[in-house]
Amino acid sequence: MPRTIIEKLWDSHVVHESAGAPTLLFIDLHLVHEVTSPQAFQGLRERGLKVRRPDLTIATADHSIPTSDRSLPILDKIALKQLDQLETNCTEFGIRCLGVHSSQQGIVHVIGPELGLTQPGMTVVCGDSHTATHGAFGALAFGIGTSEVEQVLATQCVLQRQSKTFQVQVEGRLGTGVSAKDIILALIARIGIGGGTGSVFEYTGSAIRALGMDERMTVCNMSIEGGSRAGLIAPDDTTFEYLAGRPHAPKGAGWDAAIARWKQLPTDEGAAYDRCIGIDADSLEPMITYGTNPGMGVSINAPLPEPSQVADPMARDSITKALAYMGLEGGKPLVGHPIDVVFIGSCTNSRISDLRTAAGLLKGRKVSDKVRVMVVPGSQEVKRQAIAEGLPEIFRAAGCEWREPGCSMCIAMNGDQLSPGQYSVSTSNRNFEGRQGKGGRTFLASPLTAAASAIMGVVTDVRTLL
Amino acid sequence: MKEFTNFESRLVKLPLNNVDTDQIIPARFLKTTSKQGLDRQLFNDWRYDAAGNPKPEFVLNRQESQGVQVLLAGDNFGCGSSREHAPWALTQWGFRAVISTSFADIFQQNSLKNSLLPIVVPADVHAELFAAGPGAIVKIDLPNQTLTTPSGREVGFPVDAFSKHCLLKGVDELGYILEQAPEIAAYEAAHPASINALA
Repeated sequence: MPRTIIEKLWDSHVVHESAGAPTLLFIDLHLVHEVTSPQAFQGLRERGLKVRRPDLTIATADHSIPTSDRSLPILDKIALKQLDQLETNCTEFGIRCLGVHSSQQGIVHVIGPELGLTQPGMTVVCGDSHTATHGAFGALAFGIGTSEVEQVLATQCVLQRQSKTFQVQVEGRLGTGVSAKDIILALIARIGIGGGTGSVFEYTGSAIRALGMDERMTVCNMSIEGGSRAGLIAPDDTTFEYLAGRPHAPKGAGWDAAIARWKQLPTDEGAAYDRCIGIDADSLEPMITYGTNPGMGVSINAPLPEPSQVADPMARDSITKALAYMGLEGGKPLVGHPIDVVFIGSCTNSRISDLRTAAGLLKGRKVSDKVRVMVVPGSQEVKRQAIAEGLPEIFRAAGCEWREPGCSMCIAMNGDQLSPGQYSVSTSNRNFEGRQGKGGRTFLASPLTAAASAIMGVVTDVRTLL
Repeated sequence: MKEFTNFESRLVKLPLNNVDTDQIIPARFLKTTSKQGLDRQLFNDWRYDAAGNPKPEFVLNRQESQGVQVLLAGDNFGCGSSREHAPWALTQWGFRAVISTSFADIFQQNSLKNSLLPIVVPADVHAELFAAGPGAIVKIDLPNQTLTTPSGREVGFPVDAFSKHCLLKGVDELGYILEQAPEIAAYEAAHPASINALA
């Protein structure tokens, strides 16, 4: 029977099945960070367990670390304790830790791919909902809770129930000023943030094939914002070219064998999905969110919804509450709305191509003097590459801050945050109330829209600057 | 984990859709290395004003909410971040069940691992519960998988057999997985790893 890539990945990782219990699934790569792991390591200690496969486990510090000068002491004592705990746990349990001072430190979903650890055909987990990012390589990658982190540390397995398959077919060509971020924001705006619950997305179609790996990661990254724990893209030559020569990618004869294996992964002709949706890339416009969940998004020039025109009372209340929190009126577009901060970074959009795109627009221009612009590379490797290409000079000359790698203002745990009432245009993935700082108000958008808005000091359609 | 027993309770009503885990417990409280002490931070930014004083209008701060063990929430409760701190905070406050029309996948799985029962009900039952007057009581019977509404209507709810067993016995999944060690070893032997993260 023809199978989707999602089913092939599932089938090849089944360790044990018994009636009445979920399937025991083997995990090929376990990524660990400081925030969701301490209680899991403590659980191992209390039970006297070891880490079963330290060779398939890697840790980094990303969520709570400062993005200021790393040679300075960390002032937040609670964050410092958590970061120290990660190093202690990794030493005690024999796990490699790319910690605060590592030359390979970075956002967990940036470093897995760039080290070549994330490969097609794998199962990848992390105590982080944006683990879906790794799906860009044709891996089944999903976020887990801390109890499951403990389970994977102890057994290299998790218990899972098979998800439904959901094809997202994106055909056509993206227009000027429209990018991968706009594809995923458009999908979420259409299906809502619960739309993919219980499913795994497979992104297919000519517009997906045309994306580079960084852009594919942007799309897969936000699968969770569409309600799906995982989203993936079948591997192809773009995938293989990205991986070739990466530190942990197979070498020599192993590489050829891997390619042969990986070429078996794409969905078979005639395989059926539980659900399909089509997106027309030609008609996509730059997208922006206006509300307090990532499904509250519109084309940049479109008017915001009027709560009075929403029939369902609880849905109407949600939009009314969101617009009140955001200080916005229904019926008007966001374009021209003043902003205070622009954040270019996060596991969604902090890779080298994102920084190149933003720098391309900012080169020779100045950001508005009313706007603080933070550019936060996703990893030390992205930072080195950006320096080699002269990008920090472009950002600094334009009036942006160029910071150290980490999650930064995406999750605002480390002091990089909005003040109450401030507006940001952010390339990150969540616009929940207070996500970027208590009382802060977030418009999610692409790096191009973020850079354009930084220049103009207001929400801007980047196409007016191109 | 404690054994999950039948109980009855009044409801704390939170009539909002898509309540995300950043609202259940904001990220800045995730710098802890402990599972404990999170009850005070449950719904922190809706619950306290800028000075840290309880907002009297927020449902958790009302006198009638104290001691209540069931949260009635809108669609897609628990979306967003995978933080298990969300069910930790909810159970430490005293909740033993959350009722909604739907839950986000990761939150649902995290809850089942922490003796917090996510109960999915049809829209009409959901509406009936929201319409119920103050003091209205629901009964939750996990062995029979039934919720009895304040009007006396008995409504079935789904729970997978494995999670139900773990909840009723008060055991976690890790014990079960550890018992599968021979199968795990066999799988590993047949599937040599393609990476070595230690190298």
